[in-house]
Amino acid sequence: MNIVKLADMKPGVSGVVEALKGHGNIQHRLVDMGVVKGSHITVVKVAPLGDPVEVKVKGTALALRKNEAAMISVAVGGGH
Amino acid sequence: MDNAGTIKVALAGNPNCGKTTIFNNITGAKQHVGNYPGVTVEKKEGRCNYDNHSLLFVDLPGTYSLTARSLDEVVARNVIINEKPDIIVNVLDASNLERNLYLAAQIIELGRPVVIGLNMMDIAERMGAQIDLKKLGEQLGATVVPLVGSKNKGTQELLQAVMNVAQKEETVKNANVDYGPDLEPAITSLEDMIQKTGIIQYPVRWLAIKLLENDSDVVSKVKAIDGTEGILAMAHTLRDSLKNKVDLEFCFAEYRHRFAVQAYNNAVIKPGTTDSLSDKIDSVLTNRFLGIPIFLGLMWLMFVVVINLGAYPQDWLDTGFGMLGDWCNDVIEDEQLRSLVVDGVIGGVGSVLSFVPLIVLLYLFISLLEDTGYMARAAFLIDRAMRALGLHGKSFIPMILGFGCNVPGIMAARTLDNEKDRLVTIMACPFMSCGARLPVYTLLIAAFFGASGHGGTVLFGIYLLGIIVSVCVALVLRHTAFKGEQEPFVMELPPYHIPTLKGVLTHMWERTVLYLKKAGTFILGASILVWFLTAYPMDVEYSQDYDAAKEAVTAQMEETQASILTGYGLSDIEDNAELNDMYEAMVAAADEAADEADEDEADTGNSLNPAAALSSVEDQVKNSEEAENTLFMGKYPDSFADLQEQNPTVFAQALPLFDAKAEADDATAKLEDQQNAEKLEQSYAARIGHFVEPVIQPLGFDWKIGVGLIACTAAKEVMVSTLGTIYSVGGDDTHESGIVAYLRDDPDFNPAVALSLMVFCLLYMPCVAAMAVIKRETGSWKMLLAVDGMCLVFAYIGGFITYHLALFAGLGV
Repeated sequence: MNIVKLADMKPGVSGVVEALKGHGNIQHRLVDMGVVKGSHITVVKVAPLGDPVEVKVKGTALALRKNEAAMISVAVGGGH
Repeated sequence: MDNAGTIKVALAGNPNCGKTTIFNNITGAKQHVGNYPGVTVEKKEGRCNYDNHSLLFVDLPGTYSLTARSLDEVVARNVIINEKPDIIVNVLDASNLERNLYLAAQIIELGRPVVIGLNMMDIAERMGAQIDLKKLGEQLGATVVPLVGSKNKGTQELLQAVMNVAQKEETVKNANVDYGPDLEPAITSLEDMIQKTGIIQYPVRWLAIKLLENDSDVVSKVKAIDGTEGILAMAHTLRDSLKNKVDLEFCFAEYRHRFAVQAYNNAVIKPGTTDSLSDKIDSVLTNRFLGIPIFLGLMWLMFVVVINLGAYPQDWLDTGFGMLGDWCNDVIEDEQLRSLVVDGVIGGVGSVLSFVPLIVLLYLFISLLEDTGYMARAAFLIDRAMRALGLHGKSFIPMILGFGCNVPGIMAARTLDNEKDRLVTIMACPFMSCGARLPVYTLLIAAFFGASGHGGTVLFGIYLLGIIVSVCVALVLRHTAFKGEQEPFVMELPPYHIPTLKGVLTHMWERTVLYLKKAGTFILGASILVWFLTAYPMDVEYSQDYDAAKEAVTAQMEETQASILTGYGLSDIEDNAELNDMYEAMVAAADEAADEADEDEADTGNSLNPAAALSSVEDQVKNSEEAENTLFMGKYPDSFADLQEQNPTVFAQALPLFDAKAEADDATAKLEDQQNAEKLEQSYAARIGHFVEPVIQPLGFDWKIGVGLIACTAAKEVMVSTLGTIYSVGGDDTHESGIVAYLRDDPDFNPAVALSLMVFCLLYMPCVAAMAVIKRETGSWKMLLAVDGMCLVFAYIGGFITYHLALFAGLGV
């Protein structure tokens, strides 16, 4: 079990949201969209220009920028 | 229910849950679109009758949550709190139920009776999901009605459920979200305190929760109520004591999510798989290599369809209004009234309506892009590039549309959620060189750069300059006057949907009506003002009696023709039927040739393809030059050869008669042109032109250009026709190649002035239609004045620099 930033995850990798850094509008928006502690999250793809990234959380496809993705720490892998 | 017995229903739901489709299904065409007071959030209301009752539906903005952090969310919940709708219909996307239940958790907290419209049941079924509707209802404390909005299924059942709840007056009690052992006691004690104080305008439990959440909007509103200090102090104390136990920022949201997950798990018998079709489409449309080319292709298609295809109905409207104007010209006796009606009102209404085809087509595209779900993908694809300007990915579309016409460009900025992004995009848009400026460029290029072969480079340079200025304006504004936290780019990429025809048509219709209502009156007023400035005063003192001079010309012609006829032994041309027929055939042939020539030239003026317009103007200049070289051949239309063949003798006899008439017509036209020029020279616009001449002299402009600049605020292409009038080569813009010659001969005009004028026109104030839309979309005169001021300053500086650089480069001759 590794804790990594969402921004560092490669497409196809999934994990469970561990924590959100900061207390701004962005964090609240993320929470409203389902990115809360315990949510299952998967990186789907990176946009052709290298940013933003597309993730799937609670059955929804979300686009977010890398600097936003860097605020989300995710527990990845370990025991399947 | 209000006194009139109308049942008020608020329609709430996530964006992309199909709420608007449901709204359209219920209310049909009986909709009213406006803005919520003081904000630019759209308010949509519609009525319907069901079971002898009148129902009023309010379509709330689509939101994911009901916090105080976004304007849409504040507006949505304030409607519920302040207007106390009888029922809230919460539309949920059955194919994405868990996430949608998060909003439902907040809606049931507001304490109003709730009916759940479970939409997109067809998609959920396709994905293999099975949902127990009864259990879902129990979890939320609400009736659940299954819907398929795109096929208008379930609408009647939904209305019946609404009626049932409304008429029972007492409802199933809304479920409560359980906030756990730490928060619940705090909520309860704060509730007690609120009960004691007796604030009645808010649902008690909701208010307690919001105060503990430290919701900025609620806190400031409660502060404004007398006698609430105790409540606020208690909330503060409770927050302080909770801080150590929980993360107050997110714990409420976490419990709501927990509630949603629980409701979902209890109600869903079998969860669906993910929407594989959407994933497949996405693997192409947001593909690493194909994504951007497809996006650019679609943008190109939109541009071509909106601007080029829109030009045809625009032309028809122009022609129609031209014909109406001609008819009024003949019918109205009084000169002042005629001028007001023909040039002022018909001209103004014509310019208002000529934008309608563009707006209709634009919204066809925008609603297709939005309703299918592609708009979010477009923003996803291009966001990295737009972010370099400090803008959102969605800003791309308004900017690109600005090339065709700023009006739809500015209106397309509506798709941006962030207010600052939207305002910056609106302010940057007018610098994109629109199609109406093209005739100005092509005219000046044909006059001064056509021969050198640098016309294309100049035109390209102008367009490039527009883009650079626009980008710089966006960049600077977003980091200065409109500085602020960038909109979090957390955007749903909704599953692809096939849009409904009804939805698309409703969208187009709404926009068009909105444009006509709000922008139309402004444009009409401004057009009449510009008309007034150029047409008044009417009773000018002419340097000569033009009417007498025209009569003299006619008398002279009649005399010449009579003497020729006497030579043939005739007292009247009608005495010789053959000669009369020939003469009339010649006149008709000449008229026809003149009409054709006008049409050819008009085509160049209307073409919005820069390269085609340019080459066409160059051709015309060349043709007219060639015609001058072979003067004799060019003097008569080609069809005269046929007439000569038919009857050479009569043709030879009729030719001198025709020559006399042609000469007289030319002389009369010249007199009329001179008269118009003199009239314009003395108009208020010309007086302003003379007045501002010292100011615009450093840019190389004289008073004539000053008049053009005043007139072209009505529409940029008016610059061409105004210069035409001033140089007395005819009052319409179909004489471009004629003006070209006059411009070349004017000692005050040279390539440096031409470049300066092109740059000035590019950066100059937007046309009245664009101004009207800016006012309408920003809702503020201040913003409009700011845009106008910025444009004027940029145009002046740009013109000045261009003129002096051009002089330096030796172009001032």
